[in-house]
Amino acid sequence: MKGNYDKAFENVVRLRVMSILMVNEQVDFNTFKELLDVTDGNLATHLRNLEKQVYIQVEKSFVGRKPQTNYSATKSGKDAFQAHLDFLENLIKENKT
Amino acid sequence: MRKPEQELADIKSMMERSTRFLSLSGLSGVMAGIYALIGSGMAWYWIEGPETLGLASALDHRALMNRLLILALVVLLLALVTGYIFSQKKSQKTANKFWSSAGKRFMSALFIPVLAGGLFSFALLHESYFNLIPATTLIFYGLGLINASHFTISELKNLGLIQLMIGLIAGFFPEIGIYCWAAGFGMAHIIYGAMMYYKYDR
Repeated sequence: MKGNYDKAFENVVRLRVMSILMVNEQVDFNTFKELLDVTDGNLATHLRNLEKQVYIQVEKSFVGRKPQTNYSATKSGKDAFQAHLDFLENLIKENKT
Repeated sequence: MRKPEQELADIKSMMERSTRFLSLSGLSGVMAGIYALIGSGMAWYWIEGPETLGLASALDHRALMNRLLILALVVLLLALVTGYIFSQKKSQKTANKFWSSAGKRFMSALFIPVLAGGLFSFALLHESYFNLIPATTLIFYGLGLINASHFTISELKNLGLIQLMIGLIAGFFPEIGIYCWAAGFGMAHIIYGAMMYYKYDR
């Protein structure tokens, strides 16, 4: 069967974070918080988890005096997400036939 | 595990919410169209209304142009303010952030061509090519909409194509420019806005 079910995307927050990063070059912490409607702690845990797997990379910077944390998807993260998508699509196709 | 269909729908909606500006309200399109129709009606009355032949000749050319310019700016301002208010209301209702990065991208995609068109119209005004102004405003607006449609509901592209087409017609037949203006900014906005309202806003 084509594709690969990735445990990293089993959690809905991580799945959504990755979906957002597939279509946005760079997204900061607060934007994630608004889009996903989750608590700081919850979001931070999932982001750290994805970072550990090298699916996303973190870039810290300052906007004026405010610290800003930007996230972007890595090549391996994008590949893993694509494989996960392929898996889901195939699953749907197989269920139909 | 959730059903894969659900999973994919979730992914798609996240991608859209993070990249597309979905707060644009259909009603603001309808209102903009109504303002434009009233505006072009007034302009028509000033230029070639039946008993205003007196007025048109009494006003010299410059004064008429100034009146039309002020009228156009008032219509534009009203449409923008209404669009802003309705869209903000909608974003509150749907809990989408109004001034998101998708919103900013939408605005710059729309307003760079529109601003260029507006300034170019001033150049035409300055050089006295009055009869090409309806075509110019419609064409640049259409291009702006097509450009901005990548960052909002994709149907906006159709409105852009219609404006572009009407604009080109106005370019070849400048004598019906004011009717094209009313059709594009007025009728097309009302029809499109009503369609979008019934499809997305209710």
